[in-house]
Amino acid sequence: MKLRSPRGISAAVALLLLITLPFWIGNSYYVNVATQMLIYAILALGLNVLVGYAGLVTLGHAALFGVAAYAGATLINAGHGHIVVAFGALLTTVAVAAVFAVLALRGTGLGFVMITVALGQIAWGIAYRWISLTNGDNGVSINARPRPFGLMLEAAPALYWATLVVFLVAVGSMAIFVASPFGASLRGARDQPRRMTALGYNVWLIRFLAFLFSGFWSGVAGLLYLYYNQFVSPQTVALSASAEALLMVIAGGTGTLLGPIAGAVLVIVMKDIASAYIERWNFVLGAIFVLIVVFMPEGLVPGSTRLWRWGIAAWWPRATAVTGETGE
Amino acid sequence: MTALEVRELYKSFGGLRVTAAVNLAVEPGERRLIIGPNGAGKTTLFNLITGELRADAGSMTLFGHDLTREPARRRAHLGLARTYQIITLFPGETLLRNVTLSLLGLSPLRWNPLARLAGQTELLSKARAALGRVGLGHLADRPVGQTSYGERRRVEIAMALAQSPKVLLLDEPFAGLSIEERRDVLALINGIPRDVTIVMIEHDMDVALEFAERITVLHFGQVIVEGTRAEVVEHPRTKEVYLGE
Repeated sequence: MKLRSPRGISAAVALLLLITLPFWIGNSYYVNVATQMLIYAILALGLNVLVGYAGLVTLGHAALFGVAAYAGATLINAGHGHIVVAFGALLTTVAVAAVFAVLALRGTGLGFVMITVALGQIAWGIAYRWISLTNGDNGVSINARPRPFGLMLEAAPALYWATLVVFLVAVGSMAIFVASPFGASLRGARDQPRRMTALGYNVWLIRFLAFLFSGFWSGVAGLLYLYYNQFVSPQTVALSASAEALLMVIAGGTGTLLGPIAGAVLVIVMKDIASAYIERWNFVLGAIFVLIVVFMPEGLVPGSTRLWRWGIAAWWPRATAVTGETGE
Repeated sequence: MTALEVRELYKSFGGLRVTAAVNLAVEPGERRLIIGPNGAGKTTLFNLITGELRADAGSMTLFGHDLTREPARRRAHLGLARTYQIITLFPGETLLRNVTLSLLGLSPLRWNPLARLAGQTELLSKARAALGRVGLGHLADRPVGQTSYGERRRVEIAMALAQSPKVLLLDEPFAGLSIEERRDVLALINGIPRDVTIVMIEHDMDVALEFAERITVLHFGQVIVEGTRAEVVEHPRTKEVYLGE
């Protein structure tokens, strides 16, 4: 990406807007909404590694998100410092992701989905019933927002900026991952697993590692969620939470860098903003999903790009004829 | 040393015996043709050799190295490459990316999540060279979806050749091609150097006979005739099962 290309400029503008968001958005409520969007965007980006690039649809990712939050809360309440909390929570999440992967990768397609649903339900059952560990239905709270590396995260803008930094690292890591040889291996394993095996690739191990990478970012999102919310309950790991994350990815566009982010923004806007004006916001969200499926089955981001190009070609046929191609 | 040796290979799908006591010994540099009517078990034999299917009994060696227990992916690293009768490419990708994935399969680079694939100039120029070998250098940046069937057949061959295999298995490389395209592909295959041993399945005898030095005839999973081109063509059993005379 060249700095002066249209994409470079729009990325710079977007970055500037994101950094200055607490100053122009006015209300700290909306700053918090933006923080939530970033947290769920990280979760969706992580999930997209599996759903989009590996072609493995999972309905158990809320469990990984939740494991990080529960593990983080437990470690904080046991009086551990921030580094122990972060490492402990993420290591636990990756370890649980490894167990999930070993079990779920016995199948592909529908088999894989069903195993992840079952694993997610087990996590939910533990959160709900293993009261000595998870405090059951009451959930676990932490008394104060932690102060990693001495950062005061109590104010909404501070937490927003901290989340933004993590979010940018997540986006950067995804961009590098997608363009890497391993990223190409993963997409190859999605499209032609038989061929990939015959070419010398270990398809199972490629998928396993992708699962860990995906789980890691889901865990990061879960930990941020805990810092934001200071509370985690069985609802966090419920099947509906997994479905919501999956909808973010699918609505935004699987296998694209920006799709999951757009999907996360859409869902949070509906949940936190539109719900204040429309009582039946769930109905509207459902209607939006239906419209996306009908008019942009590939998702919001690739669909809008397609419509944009089509619009340009229809309105200014000569412009496109002269420049040859638009964008990319 | 034998390039590819198959001993007493058996495979059944349920009650259907598709490979029965198959023995095969291909010498280094040899051009071997495997023929047989539909359902004779030719592709199954390839799938057993490459490890996509696991044999019920029997053993295989590649230049003396026992393949029988090696997983399919390891066999590629040991020097076995194949093409598919039903074209099996990465449809959304460019020809260059297809061949790059083939090269990457044998390179430790395939595990690297940090490097930029587009920046691997050595790998990419090798991939371009492999496409050039099959006469598709000018289409390197075109997506597979925008190429003709005949071009895709040649991409299949380019992907296999890119891996510099010791033994190359070609599964009906002429299937679905026009007469001119067949001639091109045959010239391409004839141009492969002798340090690559080739085993080819072909349904169409007219083109294939020209290529073969030795021919194996499969029928209901069994080898019924094996020998030089002349021997096999003249053999009464060949005429009976295959030529329908």
